[in-house]
Amino acid sequence: MNWLQCSQPFPNAREVTNETILHSDMNPVIKLEDVHKIYHTGEVDVHAVRGVTLDIHPGEFVAVMGASGSGKSTLMNVLGCLDRPTQGRYSLDGTDVSQLQRDQLADIRNAKIGFVFQGFNLLARTSALENVELPMLYVHKRIAGHQQRERAMKSLEIVGLAQRFDHHPNQLSGGQQQRVAIARALVNNPALLLADEPTGNLDSQTSIEIMGVFQKLNEQGITIVMVTHELDIANYTKRNIIMRDGRVVTDEAVKKRSIAENELRKLREAQQAVNLA
Amino acid sequence: MMRIIATVKIALRALRRNKMRSLLTMLGIIIGVASVIAAVSLTTGATKQVENQVQSLGESVLTVFSGNFTSGAIRGGWGSAPTLTVEDARAIAQLPNAVAVSPEVRDREQVLANGLNWNTLVQGEGPDYPQIRNWHIASGVMFTEQDVHSLAKSAVIGKTVVDELFPNENPLGQIIRVRDVPFTVVGVLAPKGFNLFGQDQDDVVLIPYTSHMRRITHRTFVNSILVQAENDKLINQVQQEITELLLARHRSPEPDFTVRNQLELMQAVTATSKAMGNLLAGVAAVSLFVGGIGIMNIMLVSVTERTREIGIRMAVGARAWDIVVQFLMEAVTLSAIGGLIGISCGIGFAMLVAALKDTPAVTPTAWIVIAFLSSAVIGVVFGFYPAWKASQLDPIDALRYE
Repeated sequence: MNWLQCSQPFPNAREVTNETILHSDMNPVIKLEDVHKIYHTGEVDVHAVRGVTLDIHPGEFVAVMGASGSGKSTLMNVLGCLDRPTQGRYSLDGTDVSQLQRDQLADIRNAKIGFVFQGFNLLARTSALENVELPMLYVHKRIAGHQQRERAMKSLEIVGLAQRFDHHPNQLSGGQQQRVAIARALVNNPALLLADEPTGNLDSQTSIEIMGVFQKLNEQGITIVMVTHELDIANYTKRNIIMRDGRVVTDEAVKKRSIAENELRKLREAQQAVNLA
Repeated sequence: MMRIIATVKIALRALRRNKMRSLLTMLGIIIGVASVIAAVSLTTGATKQVENQVQSLGESVLTVFSGNFTSGAIRGGWGSAPTLTVEDARAIAQLPNAVAVSPEVRDREQVLANGLNWNTLVQGEGPDYPQIRNWHIASGVMFTEQDVHSLAKSAVIGKTVVDELFPNENPLGQIIRVRDVPFTVVGVLAPKGFNLFGQDQDDVVLIPYTSHMRRITHRTFVNSILVQAENDKLINQVQQEITELLLARHRSPEPDFTVRNQLELMQAVTATSKAMGNLLAGVAAVSLFVGGIGIMNIMLVSVTERTREIGIRMAVGARAWDIVVQFLMEAVTLSAIGGLIGISCGIGFAMLVAALKDTPAVTPTAWIVIAFLSSAVIGVVFGFYPAWKASQLDPIDALRYE
């Protein structure tokens, strides 16, 4: 697991000195004020999000949970600036994004948000390096080609995939593909990493490994918001938000936090025990 | 600039993924452009050939023919009436815009030389004839004004006559006999080939018109008078001046002569090629339109197939315009490459036909540029709708698209 030993200082880290910061003193990365989202589909209006007020501060690692239809995906789309709230205010990293136009939202996504999806969403027949370079293609102040390459390689190093930079997605395992996706999400130095069921397509060991990557990134100061429906995966985060019927019903710190490194060690020991027996 | 190169690279990669499909899509453009280029090359070649022949008759040249000679019921046709004289020619030479004048007397004669004989056109001309006809002397000299005055027995002969009478010898200084009058060959004309009507222009013997009229045919009238105008813009004016002058000189109310110029012939030829060009432009427009529809069709398919890719690009920050540019560039690359292939195929086909049929093929650079640009424009026009459609996708739906 060389990525865990990766001692290279994280180049994209924002200044976060320790974890015991008083949140009220800092500007939140995400500030939702009574956010509603209503879909007008034919005759019926679907009220997917019904008034969510929420602050997420720099350095937090949050899991958003809930059954399907709870509104968590809609909330995720709003948080990801893929969709605008019907009502309420949403400030991202100090910018009010609730009234922005399509192209302005695209710029916000490019500059401030890194996406990690359940289905990896890498470009097929395109090398890992080029996949990671993709967000830099849409940065307004053009980045020189060699600089793009350097930054993409650095991102790949962070997720421990630098040696496979020239592999295409179909030559990589699911876990490796997800790491390429994480590298892509990091490359523009975003204020927020948004992960939508990042372990949904992975087996349990690979899931833990990916959670390890997230934990490591979070230790280095990256704010992460993740949607999941798996409780044991949510336990790797620091704060769990549970949604039901478009509202936040539970919002609490994780008490017994799982540490990926430990869980993986346990898994290996169990496997060795099986092998010995 | 770098961004454009990057976009072209993305476009090329996308097209390479579906080589066969890309090629088939291009086929419409390729066939359209190729057929237009081939047709243009061949017609331009043919037109150039005709133009060269017209020009070889001499630039800005007018010919004055004497009128029709009627004897009883027999009408002799243009040039037969004894109305044009050497004095007429001298009078025309006095006109300010007439640069050179040559009276012409023509006759077919059996020419003997070197133990061989050959029936050819013996033409009496003035010393300015080569200049007027834009015809060079290949070796030796043209006879002079002095020769005309002295009824010199000097001859300048064409390439065909040289071949027939002096197959293996230098004809210069040799004697040829026309109706038993010995002429010394002083010059040989450069080969000029066939004229528009298929006559061998090199099958000719030139002698001073005075010698022709006094020593051979014993005529007092000339068949025609060649006049070179200052330049081709003055042709119509000179024609008018000649008509007025001769009408006055001949004291005849009706013209007993006709004046023709090369410009009329030239205009007829260019009118034909213009009509041909318009026809080709029509064919080009139709085939490019059909090719464009093919491109639009395949681009729409491509946008649907790559909905997810579009979603990913939008999620990581591509603006609507970025997506438009990407797909537009793909369409333009497709059509421009099709255009280039079409141009090469067209030139190749024209050259093949030219080689097989022994006709010239000339591809005008302007048409290559036009063909390339219009195929690129086709890409923009027909690629725009699919590209715009792609840019209007909702990123959330696009990301979920299976």
